[in-house]
Amino acid sequence: MSVTKPLPHDAAPLHVSGSARYVDDIPTPKGTLHLAFGLSPIAKGKITAMDLSDVKAAEGVVMVMTAENLPFANDVSPSIHDEPLLSDGTVHYIGQPVFLVVATSHLAARKATRLGKIDYAEDTPILTVEEALASDSRFEDGPRIYAKGDADAAIAGAAHVIEGTFELGGQEHFYLEGQAALAVPNEGADMLVHSSTQHPTEIQHKVADALGVPMHAIRVETRRMGGGFGGKESQGNALAVACAVAARATGKACKMRYDRDDDMIITGKRHAFRISYKAGFDENGHIQGVSFLHYAICGWAQDLSLPVADRAMLHSDNAYLLPNARIESHRLKTNTQSATAYRGFGGPQGMVGIERVMDHAAHALGLDPVELRRRNYYEPAHAVAEPAPVEKPLGHPDPREDLTSRGAVETGDAPMRPLPAGGNTTPYGMEISDFELHGMTEALLKSSDYAARKAAIDKWNAENSVIKKGIAFSPVKFGISFTLTHLNQAGALVHVYQDGSVHLNHGGTEMGQGLFQKVAQVAASRFGIPLQMVKITATDTAKVPNTSATAASSGSDLNGMAVKAACDTIRDRMADYLAERHQADPSAVTFSDGHVSVGEERYTFAEAAALAYQGRISLSATGFYKTPKIEWDRIAGRGRPFFYFAYGASITEVAVDTLTGENRILRTDILHDAGASLNPALDIGQVEGGYVQGAGWLTTEELVWDGKGNLRTHAPSTYKIPACSDRPDIFNVALWGGTNREDTIYRSKAVGEPPFMLGISSWLALSNAVAACGDMYPALNAPATAEEVWRGVQRMKGGI
Amino acid sequence: MNITFLLNGETVELADVNPTATLLDWLREDRGLTGTKEGCNEGDCGACTVMVTDEGGHKALNSCILFLPQLHGKAVRTVEGASGPNGEAHPVQQAMVDLHGSQCGFCTPGFVMSMVASHANGATDHDTQLAGNLCRCTGYAPIIRAAEAAAKLPVPVWVKDKPAPAADARRVPGSSDELAALYVEYPDATLIAGATDVGLWVTKQLRDLDPVIFLNRCEDLKQIAITDSEVRFGAMVDMNRMGEALADLHPSYAEMIRRYASVQVRHAATVGGNIANGSPIGDNPPALIALGATLHLRKGDKRRSIPLDEFFIDYGKQDRTPGEFVEAVSFPRQPDRLKAYKLSKRFDQDISAVCGCFNVTVSDGSVTQARIAFGGMAGVPKRATHVEAALIGKPWTRDTIKAALPAFADDYAPLTDMRASATYRLETAKAMLERYFLEDQGEITNVLEVSA
Repeated sequence: MSVTKPLPHDAAPLHVSGSARYVDDIPTPKGTLHLAFGLSPIAKGKITAMDLSDVKAAEGVVMVMTAENLPFANDVSPSIHDEPLLSDGTVHYIGQPVFLVVATSHLAARKATRLGKIDYAEDTPILTVEEALASDSRFEDGPRIYAKGDADAAIAGAAHVIEGTFELGGQEHFYLEGQAALAVPNEGADMLVHSSTQHPTEIQHKVADALGVPMHAIRVETRRMGGGFGGKESQGNALAVACAVAARATGKACKMRYDRDDDMIITGKRHAFRISYKAGFDENGHIQGVSFLHYAICGWAQDLSLPVADRAMLHSDNAYLLPNARIESHRLKTNTQSATAYRGFGGPQGMVGIERVMDHAAHALGLDPVELRRRNYYEPAHAVAEPAPVEKPLGHPDPREDLTSRGAVETGDAPMRPLPAGGNTTPYGMEISDFELHGMTEALLKSSDYAARKAAIDKWNAENSVIKKGIAFSPVKFGISFTLTHLNQAGALVHVYQDGSVHLNHGGTEMGQGLFQKVAQVAASRFGIPLQMVKITATDTAKVPNTSATAASSGSDLNGMAVKAACDTIRDRMADYLAERHQADPSAVTFSDGHVSVGEERYTFAEAAALAYQGRISLSATGFYKTPKIEWDRIAGRGRPFFYFAYGASITEVAVDTLTGENRILRTDILHDAGASLNPALDIGQVEGGYVQGAGWLTTEELVWDGKGNLRTHAPSTYKIPACSDRPDIFNVALWGGTNREDTIYRSKAVGEPPFMLGISSWLALSNAVAACGDMYPALNAPATAEEVWRGVQRMKGGI
Repeated sequence: MNITFLLNGETVELADVNPTATLLDWLREDRGLTGTKEGCNEGDCGACTVMVTDEGGHKALNSCILFLPQLHGKAVRTVEGASGPNGEAHPVQQAMVDLHGSQCGFCTPGFVMSMVASHANGATDHDTQLAGNLCRCTGYAPIIRAAEAAAKLPVPVWVKDKPAPAADARRVPGSSDELAALYVEYPDATLIAGATDVGLWVTKQLRDLDPVIFLNRCEDLKQIAITDSEVRFGAMVDMNRMGEALADLHPSYAEMIRRYASVQVRHAATVGGNIANGSPIGDNPPALIALGATLHLRKGDKRRSIPLDEFFIDYGKQDRTPGEFVEAVSFPRQPDRLKAYKLSKRFDQDISAVCGCFNVTVSDGSVTQARIAFGGMAGVPKRATHVEAALIGKPWTRDTIKAALPAFADDYAPLTDMRASATYRLETAKAMLERYFLEDQGEITNVLEVSA
């Protein structure tokens, strides 16, 4: 069977030869025009005068558009229509698109954008948590609160109480391929859009609205992205809409790609958080209660901030059974880029919060941090009686709304009431029945030789004054499913041609994660044919409609199942037909090794397909899947938002130069749960890459805005993602050989986001190294840049 | 301007090229070779890496900040030319497929070309060779596995380009004499050495640079002369050659150069450009000042030499008259006491927040000479004269170091920016002096030399 084989990425031969095509590589029609945005240089204010005559007169400029020139919706928001394509007269951050230049070349368009003369009446921007709170600048009417038991009382009665506040920075996606789109006008009012997007259906919807046509007039195609990481879930809307509007206005194909600096200045990033915590522990390190206060910096528009902040709350337990918990989440509106989806979607921020609590508590109680964590784990996996989920009544949805976006507004019917304390349940009332971490932790401690290395590190630290070492363990429990329940559906379209070759299409998009290959492996396995007989094709809204974003790690779970359903439909038809021909039972027809067997008769798959064709059997089918068992009320804060959890654990060892705070990762050991992996090579790729990206978030990747709201780190010269030598010197990654306890595609587990959070152990290891400089708890902020680590060391030494 | 070069083995002749057209744009837009990618358009991500071969060998270079005239008389190989004439995969391509070195694939052509170049050169210090290529998907581990696997296989014949010599082109002088005459004629011209900074004036500031003079064919400016008394680098010595030349003389300086930008940038970047540019955060000036370097300038037939630190008058202002150019930099041969400490957010390919260079001579337990200079601490690369004074004549002890630390505040009042705060800069500058002393006492102080 094709599934479970560690095959290379399907496009790898194209990648290494430079022939894999990205949006900017697609040959364009003659006369294609190029676009660029003129950007706001101030963070908050009103436009008082706009003189674009020099822009219009610039060499190569064909057209200049402002909000007034837009024929229909001036809206690229994935949620509450608060994000115009071009400024409506007010500006909300430095980098907001104000006007659009259409020119004969990319360079001409870029040059012309700098010639705009715009006067602004400047307001004082809101840039910080304090400023946002002072002016009650927020999304939603007030904080969301999820609660279980009585956290305050439990903490008050606990033997040990710890508390603290720390800053947790955002993160630039730094997909290597910047945002890009190409719109090609077709006959009538039709438009073909090529977009580097994780969400073709949303692009289709926004473009249709902007052109005043039904969705059927717009076809969006996405073959691949050069990286997404969440940054192409909603942030591609502006380019696609701009291209479509300009293409309609000029009658020419229009292409837009952001220069890297523009990309970083215009688009949203991971949400920065401030997290305050207070927790009570008993003498043995069992947590009694914990209270979190989340301040999520959401930027100027709502985008996907509500579900991001929700997911942070939903991961405030991580792997730990919290008998009493209270999580209060404020979603602050600021005059900065609108923070957006980023791998983990708030989960990492929530998880860092509780891992900080565990780290702090272990230090305060003088317990080994791994031991303290294990004492607080959820109960091991066990069978539970599952209540049937109660589907929420749907009411009358507005078909004009973008229902496929995670930003779709949800209202709850029940107000939040604290859940009862106790039980093996999360702070939102979900019973945990698939907990794998007891066994995984034990295995990782052993394979990494943790105890001996910890002792060696203690010895090193006693003997060395300048370089201190640190080691830390962190677990991951990440919830799998879109928390907006109706998004957990997928479609597929499969054709079998008369020569037995297979055309595969589904709603998922390929951004490098290997989704297409995994799903093709599923198709090949269902038909029992070699993988080369399956043609992977571009995501296309004309083939599979109403798709959800390829996000929330859901790609292979949802699309794998939909493709399986489509393949099985065709396979069943072929089996029925062949069974009838051979007077056999359809269940006796088998598909394997490239052959179809009926009793004694053995056909190649191609012969079987040809026979079925001649027998007038349909060899094309759609497939559909919806995730079972889930239901969720985000206002009440209860239900079962997740079908299952993916688990992982990592141990990181670091070294710190206490003179300057410079630091590096010496060794990392990871054990990750991908269920019964569809493709172990691709899954290990996600784990290695996710870890390094997560470690980058918490160490070198620092976003810096100045006092006026200018992002000062808007290029790789100033924003430092990990480079080659930043990966761990020793990097041992293994998959936990389990299977998904839920009935997923071949019992595999989602693997896109969960490994990102394995990087948390790098931050904790730095804390551990700094702790060797004194008696205090280091209380590091994130990212722990060299400067932040140095500050930690100074605090320990009483220097500052 | 008319130029000629080899592209994937075929001769290309271009007439009337725009002198600041980049190779990347030309490949993608004019030539339809879209395998080479634009990731950042400033030489920091490596997605646009190509291999250029000239008399100096095979070099990975960033095509986004490489102007077409810089290729005159050279050979360029893009990812499309990494495979053989019959589509045979290059060993690094095959290894990248087999060992899962690509995920989204967008950085891959650049990685492949960096690997093709280092493979052709037999270089196996993969982390250093690939420091200029960013990947956001893989975490690099599989790419290094691929580089290691390919290193064992022979270099395919088709990547061994041999460019034919080319005649001189206009505004591309062939010697420093020609340059001197041309620059006197066009004193407002922009001199382009490696274009690692000037490239960004074009790709990011969108400036039209006219007139320009390219220095890359001034062979006599590429000379390195090491005598018993002096070390002299011609202005056009690139940073990779400079690093090699310094490896035995001043290993700490060479190690700092290893972390200076990336292989691609160091192949283009020149010591003369790094000095003449006048940046307060260029990494060569503090090291050279600490070594007591002299700068050699030329205008027409007139030459003069000045102490390097006197060249930097103020932020954005250097002691260089119109039509005058940097010809060379030299410093006296000396016992190696130099330590160059480069502090940045990321170890590799990052601009220094602070670059501290220490050259302290100790004789009979006392400091007899001290030359200390810093980048990133002032508007210019600057000597720590007060600190030096606090050390000279004192016993080489922890107490002397401690007593000298307050003098840093007399020498420097650094700024806060996105790289570091003023406090951090000042305090780590002090810490570097402590490190210099501790290192001298044999303590383990280098986090890069520690292992698990």
